[in-house]
Amino acid sequence: MIKMEYYLIVSTLMFFIGVYGFIARKNMLAILISLELILNAVEINFAVFNRYLFPGSMEGMFFTLFGIAITAAETAIAIAIIINVYRNIGSVNVRKINKMKE
Amino acid sequence: MEYSLFILITPFVLFLLLGLTGHKMKQNVAGIIGTVGMGFAAALSYMVAYQYFFVIGKTAGVFQEMIPVSFEWLRFTEKLHIDLGILLDPISVMMLVVITTVSLMVHLYSLSYMHGEKGFQRYYSFLSLFSFSMLGLVVATNIFQMYIFWELVGVSSYSLIGFYYTKPSAVAASKKAFIVTRFADLGFLIGILILSYYTGTFDFATLTANHAESVVTSMQGLSFMGLSVAAWAMALIFMGGAGKSAMFPLHIWLPDAMEGPTPVSALIHAATMVVAGVYLIARLFPVYIFAAPEVLTLIAYIGAFTALFAAIIAVTQTDIKRVLAFSTISQIAYMMVSLGVSGYGGHDGLGYMASMFHLFTHAFFKALLFLGAGSVIHAVHSNEMKDMGRLHKFMPVSSWTFLIACLAIAGIPPFSGFFSKDEILSAALHHDKLIFFTMLFVAGLTAFYMFRLYFNIFWGKEKAYDSHHKPHESPALMTVPLIILAIYSIFTGFIHFPEFISSDSTPFAAHIEWMHVAIPSIVVALTGIVIAFVLYFKGSEKPVQIAKSLGGFYTATVHKFYLDEVWMFITQSVIFKLICKPIAWFDRHIIDGAMNGLAWTTQKTSASVKGLQSGQVQLYVWVYVIGSLLIAALALFL
Amino acid sequence: MNILSLFVLVPVLMILFLFVCKSMQQIRTVMVSGASALMILAVTLTVMFLQERAVSNAEMLFTSSTMWYPSLNIAYAVGVDGISVAMIVLSSIIVFTGVFSSWNMNMAKEYFLWYCLLSVGVFGFFISVDLFTMFMFYEVALIPMYLLIGLWGTGRKEYSAMKLTLMLMGGSAFLLIGILGIYYGSGHSSMNLLEIANNLHIPIEIQRWVFPATFLGFGVLGALFPFHTWSPDGHASAPTAVSMLHAGVLMKLGGYGCFRVAMYLMPEAAHELGWIFLILTGISVVYGAFSAVVQTDLKYINAYSSVSHCGLVLFAILMMNRTAMTGAIMQMLSHGLMTALFFALIGLIYGRTHTRDIREMGGLMKIMPFASVCYVIAGLASLGLPGLSGFVAEMTIFVGSFQHADVFHRILTIAACCSIVITAVYILRTVGKILYGPVQDSHHIGLPDASWYEKVSAVGLIVAITFMGMYPSGASELINNSLMPIIEKLAII
Repeated sequence: MIKMEYYLIVSTLMFFIGVYGFIARKNMLAILISLELILNAVEINFAVFNRYLFPGSMEGMFFTLFGIAITAAETAIAIAIIINVYRNIGSVNVRKINKMKE
Repeated sequence: MEYSLFILITPFVLFLLLGLTGHKMKQNVAGIIGTVGMGFAAALSYMVAYQYFFVIGKTAGVFQEMIPVSFEWLRFTEKLHIDLGILLDPISVMMLVVITTVSLMVHLYSLSYMHGEKGFQRYYSFLSLFSFSMLGLVVATNIFQMYIFWELVGVSSYSLIGFYYTKPSAVAASKKAFIVTRFADLGFLIGILILSYYTGTFDFATLTANHAESVVTSMQGLSFMGLSVAAWAMALIFMGGAGKSAMFPLHIWLPDAMEGPTPVSALIHAATMVVAGVYLIARLFPVYIFAAPEVLTLIAYIGAFTALFAAIIAVTQTDIKRVLAFSTISQIAYMMVSLGVSGYGGHDGLGYMASMFHLFTHAFFKALLFLGAGSVIHAVHSNEMKDMGRLHKFMPVSSWTFLIACLAIAGIPPFSGFFSKDEILSAALHHDKLIFFTMLFVAGLTAFYMFRLYFNIFWGKEKAYDSHHKPHESPALMTVPLIILAIYSIFTGFIHFPEFISSDSTPFAAHIEWMHVAIPSIVVALTGIVIAFVLYFKGSEKPVQIAKSLGGFYTATVHKFYLDEVWMFITQSVIFKLICKPIAWFDRHIIDGAMNGLAWTTQKTSASVKGLQSGQVQLYVWVYVIGSLLIAALALFL
Repeated sequence: MNILSLFVLVPVLMILFLFVCKSMQQIRTVMVSGASALMILAVTLTVMFLQERAVSNAEMLFTSSTMWYPSLNIAYAVGVDGISVAMIVLSSIIVFTGVFSSWNMNMAKEYFLWYCLLSVGVFGFFISVDLFTMFMFYEVALIPMYLLIGLWGTGRKEYSAMKLTLMLMGGSAFLLIGILGIYYGSGHSSMNLLEIANNLHIPIEIQRWVFPATFLGFGVLGALFPFHTWSPDGHASAPTAVSMLHAGVLMKLGGYGCFRVAMYLMPEAAHELGWIFLILTGISVVYGAFSAVVQTDLKYINAYSSVSHCGLVLFAILMMNRTAMTGAIMQMLSHGLMTALFFALIGLIYGRTHTRDIREMGGLMKIMPFASVCYVIAGLASLGLPGLSGFVAEMTIFVGSFQHADVFHRILTIAACCSIVITAVYILRTVGKILYGPVQDSHHIGLPDASWYEKVSAVGLIVAITFMGMYPSGASELINNSLMPIIEKLAII
């Protein structure tokens, strides 16, 4: 069986790649994708810990499923917003979206 | 004698009546109400005077102070409180008579003189206010009541000088008069504060009573900057008196005050208000003599200098009212000198008596001079001597009465001025020779400039008068007061004044010193008149030549020794430009600048840290991640 | 119900009624009847107070107390002595006349809402004897000022409103420190003034820093040098009635507070540190007068003159003797009345000529005789003409201050006396410039004189000024007897 650490290394990498993308990218879609990476990294962790540490119970799995559903809904809303923003100001660059501040 | 209260109430009621409802009345109605009211007050004053001097005033040969009315108006501390009341003693009763008489004459005269002026009702209401305040001043029972009415007098004088309020010069003159006297009043106020602090009373009776000498002398031990506290207090109080009575160098307001209507000048700036300072010193005379005799000496010297100074200026003035104004200053200075050289009690108090005597006679002949001048101004519509000449044939009554007044002021017997001036000179002779000779010389100058005035107006060369408006005698309403005042000017000298007024209220005998005083003074006065006659009766060219030969001195005199300019410099350039402006600048720029600077600093600080709150979520996450990593690192390695 | 609470309740009711008002007519009816009710209440209170005091020797009358925040001992505690009664009468007169001076306002409803809220604060302050409640009402009075100036003002109104509010809030911060200092210093058992004054003691170490904070906090509102600069700008920008209320009543909150809180609760520190503030107030008095001399804006002249006159109030309070303190309270009354009159008239003139620059006016006496005569009376009151209120107040202060045993204090008094001359200079300069002389601007010819509501306002104030000037012992007695407790407290040291 694959060791738990390998799963965790993958999820940690995913998580920090996501954080990096969230901070560094300007494109809102890219930021959204990075966000997905972060969330998925967390979900991997849920599943892995459940499988390895508490094999008898299923809470982690359920939580993961729940998280996937939430992520899907969230993505849908986010994309809707992004599309609307794009329609209004013709860009998905976060630096340019500062109308509300002024 | 409670009815003496009505002497005060009547003018006050008139003031309210005319002030509040006057604009709805017809002019004549307002004028007649005012005059009748004043007549009533005058009649009451004469009654009071009769009763006081001849019936009930004297007990065991001494005139008693009587306080028929008095009530507490405002209490400061246990001991200090302002009472309002009426104090009757010889000098206050005499002043009542003087004020109401002159005021009545002026009321009567103004009916015609001011006829048709806009604001006629206002004029009468202010006249009533003035009469009220002046009467309140002389009957004051305590020094604070005097101060109250003193200020009221100042304000009514201010409003009357500025009566023609659309004329900028009148406005400036009224402002100047008020501010200069206010400055002097500051001294008065501080003097009152010091005096009351050490003696614990405002009351004249306590301050001046013989048995209470201790009240005053208690101050003598204390000293401040080399002078006793009493001397400071009394000198400051004298400063107040000097302001009102136009003593050098606070006299500058009086000549300008001639901007007011002429009857006002007669009432306020010749006969009554300007002698308030003399009256104040006389009122506090025992305090001066016992606690601060050195101040009396100061008063004598200031008085003598002012008399000489004003007389010299009077010689060169061409505006007839200004000549009279300077003559007033000079004559009041006589009264001051007289108080300054006086002693206390019996014949030593000759100067005190003489001062009051001169105040009394001067009021009538000076009022007469002003009213006469008003009559002339009314006829030729000018104040300048150069527009007048040979008026005797047009206005005989004015001319004769003016002549009487000139003789009185010049000190020619048997006119009233002779007697009072003679007593002053006597008092000066026994006290200080220098002052005596100065005053004698001033007497000659007085005779000279008064007759210069008289000859220039009524004789000299006839001027080209407008044929449609030939000068004519004034109407009876104006000439009657002139005649009445002329009668006063002739006969008041014969009143035996020491019988009634003396420094210690005890009658004494005084007689004319013919050899040492009277004859020299008559000779000097006649010399002055003769010189004036030679120079001006026919209107020769000599005065101009003499003026030319005097050169700079003459110019300086015409410009009143540039004192106005000096004061102007002090107020405009020093106080306004060097004190007020910098303070205002300091306030706007330094103090307010500091406050604005504080606000500016706050704003700038906020602007500089504002960048951290950019609203960029990415930045926040970046800071968050770095921060949490750092904390994790710290947790791991420490 | 306590009569004192009515003073807060009436303005609150006025606010409620204003909400349902539809027309200008209704708004005016509400305001006039409300303000009249306050006047009547004030007179009733005075009469009741005098009757009650004749039989009682309690320090404060009509006291009542309701705890509303027990954990900090904060209560709605009310009570009055002669001084507060005098202040309440003054406030009611000015609120009343102020209504008439703002007869034709834009957005009248909103304006009067804030106006009433301001009145709530003012009356609440004067009736409170609880430190925190007092502070709360103080803030209630300050905040509406910002909107009233910022929205209805003229000139640089936003700047002035902001400046005024911020400076006064800065003062409040000190004040809050002071109040908390007093509360904890006295053993955090009561916020009640009387309780603290009579039963508790604040250690001198604490007094040393609490006293300056409190005095400064109130002093800012009393235009204490060098924290007075909000006054010229604020008054210049404020609408007429707000200037009246602010200079007439709000500045008195400062003096009253210094007296009631700082001096009363911390007499030891007052003796120890009073001289610092005495010098500052002495500067205020002379400095304000000198600054007024060169101003050209009517409101600035009056604002600086207020600095000078209010300086005299604090000056006299710091002299710490009965006469001077009586004078201080009388000066508050007198200054409140005459400065309100001044602002009412300046508003009137400005409303017609559209200028406040004295160089652009002249000969108004001919054009608007009524307003001009009133202006002269106000001026004469300000320069201390006997028979008007200014004289009695100033003289009481000068005589009282001069009774101080210390030469330093007497010399300061003499310096302060000098202000009467300078006052005469700037008053006469203004009067001579704008009222007398020839008409400066031909557009001014034919301008209407005061209308009836402006006359009500001016005449009301003049009557009050004259009454106080002619019959000073009324005010003096009312105040004097109530000073006993504080004088005794100050004398023990």
